Amino acid sequence: MSTQTATAAITTPKPPADHARPVHFRIWRGDKDTGAFVEYTVNVTEGMVLLDCVHRIQAEQASDLACRWNCKAGKCGSCSAEINGKPSLMCMTRMDTLPPDKVVTVEPMRSFPLIRDLVTDVSWNFRVKKTIKPFKPRKPDNADGSWTMFQQDIDRVQEFRKCIECFLCQDVCHVIRDHHKEDEFIGPRFLMYTAALEMHPLDTEDRVGDLKNRDGIGYCNITKCCTKVCPEHIGITDNAIIPMKERVVDEFYDPITRLFRIFKGKK
Amino acid sequence: MSFTDQYIVHEHDVLVIGAGGAGLRAAIEASAAGVKVGVICKSLLGKAHTVMAEGGMAAAMGNVDDRDNWEVHFADTMRGGQYLNNPIMVEHHAKEAPARVLELESWGAVFDRTKEGKILQRNFGGHRYPRLAHVGDRTGLELIRTLQDHGIHQGMEVFMEMTVVSLLTTGGRISGVLGYDRERGRMHVWKAKAVVLATGGIGKSFRITSNSWEGTGDGHALAYEAGAELMDMEFVQFHPTGMVWPPSVRGILVTEGVRGEGGVLRNSEGKRFMFDDVPDAYRNQVAKDEEEGWRYVCGDKNANRPPELLTRDHVARCINREIKAGRGSPHGGVYLDIGWIKEKLPNASAHIQRKLPSMYHQFKQLAGVDITTEAMEVGPTTHYVMGGVAVDGHTQMSCVPGLFAAGEVTAGLHGANRLGGNSLSDLIVFGKLAGEHAAKFVKEHGAVEVDQAQVEAHTRAIMAPFDRPNGENPYGIQQDLQNTMQDLVGIVRVQGEMELALAKIEEYKARLKNVGVIGHREYNPGWHTAIDLPCMLTVSESITRSALDRKESRGAQFRDDYPEKSAECSTFNLVAKKAPDGSMQVTRRPILQMRDDLKAVIEKMK
Repeated sequence: MSTQTATAAITTPKPPADHARPVHFRIWRGDKDTGAFVEYTVNVTEGMVLLDCVHRIQAEQASDLACRWNCKAGKCGSCSAEINGKPSLMCMTRMDTLPPDKVVTVEPMRSFPLIRDLVTDVSWNFRVKKTIKPFKPRKPDNADGSWTMFQQDIDRVQEFRKCIECFLCQDVCHVIRDHHKEDEFIGPRFLMYTAALEMHPLDTEDRVGDLKNRDGIGYCNITKCCTKVCPEHIGITDNAIIPMKERVVDEFYDPITRLFRIFKGKK
Repeated sequence: MSFTDQYIVHEHDVLVIGAGGAGLRAAIEASAAGVKVGVICKSLLGKAHTVMAEGGMAAAMGNVDDRDNWEVHFADTMRGGQYLNNPIMVEHHAKEAPARVLELESWGAVFDRTKEGKILQRNFGGHRYPRLAHVGDRTGLELIRTLQDHGIHQGMEVFMEMTVVSLLTTGGRISGVLGYDRERGRMHVWKAKAVVLATGGIGKSFRITSNSWEGTGDGHALAYEAGAELMDMEFVQFHPTGMVWPPSVRGILVTEGVRGEGGVLRNSEGKRFMFDDVPDAYRNQVAKDEEEGWRYVCGDKNANRPPELLTRDHVARCINREIKAGRGSPHGGVYLDIGWIKEKLPNASAHIQRKLPSMYHQFKQLAGVDITTEAMEVGPTTHYVMGGVAVDGHTQMSCVPGLFAAGEVTAGLHGANRLGGNSLSDLIVFGKLAGEHAAKFVKEHGAVEVDQAQVEAHTRAIMAPFDRPNGENPYGIQQDLQNTMQDLVGIVRVQGEMELALAKIEEYKARLKNVGVIGHREYNPGWHTAIDLPCMLTVSESITRSALDRKESRGAQFRDDYPEKSAECSTFNLVAKKAPDGSMQVTRRPILQMRDDLKAVIEKMK
């Protein structure tokens, strides 16, 4: 850093440097056209997370290193990246959980178009969300406009609503990552978003047809990669996607329900 | 090059700056009124600092204790704000909050429930009855996601990852906004008939804060530069419980909900020190012993609250006192213990994990502490600014025609100290009001042309750091300012230190003229910091000048040289405004007189 000595008198003393250990990083630098790994070294002290290291590199070595972040507490889902190849939140990756004495590799999420360095274009996710039919509640149960709902009926929906939209599940999903089915498949985040709406006790909308015909739920072959990377530990596959697959089967492939559909003239 | 080659030009009726709870609620309301709405946010949609709010939103629904009603909420908020609040706003807030919470439910929010299937409400500091509608300890996420998922279907246009650098005025009225996109560094002009500021807080001016990088006081500074007034800026809330260890997470919030669920504060001697110092105004509302405090937590209507649930300003000062007296924890905090409730509750561990899941997760993952069995180390952290843009309590409009404000950027509702839970309800109540009146203003007033010379002058100013690649690193100035504010204008203030701070702020202004950045305009955090700095300096100066002028201790402001409340100081709010010569003028404005019927409510609730 250039000049900080003038006010050093009022700064808090730096923590003792004796526990600091140098850690080497390879960080992806580049834009959509070109790029390469660049090496940096940071003195890591106790309790530091990976995002702290990136910030230190920004402050001391590369003030133009691009990186998204906000809350630094695993609540906003902004600082998603691939750390040693694993999709993770930078703010929740403690340095002492990474193998010591090994170079730490930090890359942007590879499933989304790169903007610069660690920042990717995740706008596809926002477009997808807009296509899903919004919440449509039944009429209020009570005269004051309120509804009666019981905790046991909303536990599952609340689990899904813990989602911080970090899009790590979208990043890791092979349907998107390897097969680029973005036009036919909405990804685990939005299958779960749909499940949260479908299982909401007050909702009256029907999205099961969309799941089958438009949203590509059939592409999911339950490898559970999404569940494994979810920083909120949501049971995406077991609790959201599989029950939705079952609803699709019930509604479209069950012989008796099919008969009903023919009579009711539904697609 | 012509103007339209240099700038990407957009046109809206109502332009909302900020997409946290207040901004989104304002945008939804303005859209509902049928005008064209744009929303600009610094981050991606849904990432604003509202997601960090944990404990809940205060609304006197009376679901848990039917003695609650708007009058009690009104009196609690005025008492918490030490009567410097705008009573019109406090009344509107207390009356409207329940309807706004129910509205969230109608838009898909899923609050925790009572046994009868109603929205559950929890205890919080300064609220007489359990009043906070909540979802575990992630209420802010629920709020922002509900507004986001509803809002995207209401026709508003959202501009993500863009920063506003200036409000544009023509003949004293708002005519638009100048900004840039962080992705490419391109300049944008938004023409607008009305602007709603919903930019949140200022915590980044301090070293230890619960705020993210976005809390640089942009809205405060933009409004000030456009001629609006900043009121009550001396009142900065230091939340009593932030994490203190490890260093990288110092300041991150530990929800008051921990104490609401029975968490207690102890010093290094194991003593529950909060019983030692109960302010007179709350004497008859506080439990006389630990046993009564626990009964209160369990919902006994005849019990008074434990002293850990006193107002935030008071709890923060008590913690500060314990640490200074050498009774702190190893990393300079005190202990917050929720695990002790296993003495009282079967399955306490599961209960804690269900009620406080993100606290459990946060401590486990970041500090290696299991809060169901170990005490947390906590200490005060800069959390919230009660002060902000002075607005008309009926419309949320500032003294600049066409400029509205809502949420943390606004002054008035919280007075000298905000009660926990009143912030989320503030966002939805006043976001709605601002959106409604901004739309009304647009319908009543035509468009005004943007002044191109103004746009060009502002653009030159923000590009200047690129001409000085060898200039000073902006991070250095930012860090020095944060240290100055933390150490000299923090939780305990004295005249001499604050005067030193003012001198240092002048020095940073001079250094800012020589700040330089490298690289180009695409996603360049160094450049972004250089642009944030003037905002942070304006905010810091207004805090310091106001704090100097208020020669008393009241609410969030504690003056070591004036440790008592003064009768004289109870009669005015302080207002900072840019004088014609460019200097900052702080003046005293008599507080708004309360209507007689509201005075009677206060008397009744004493």
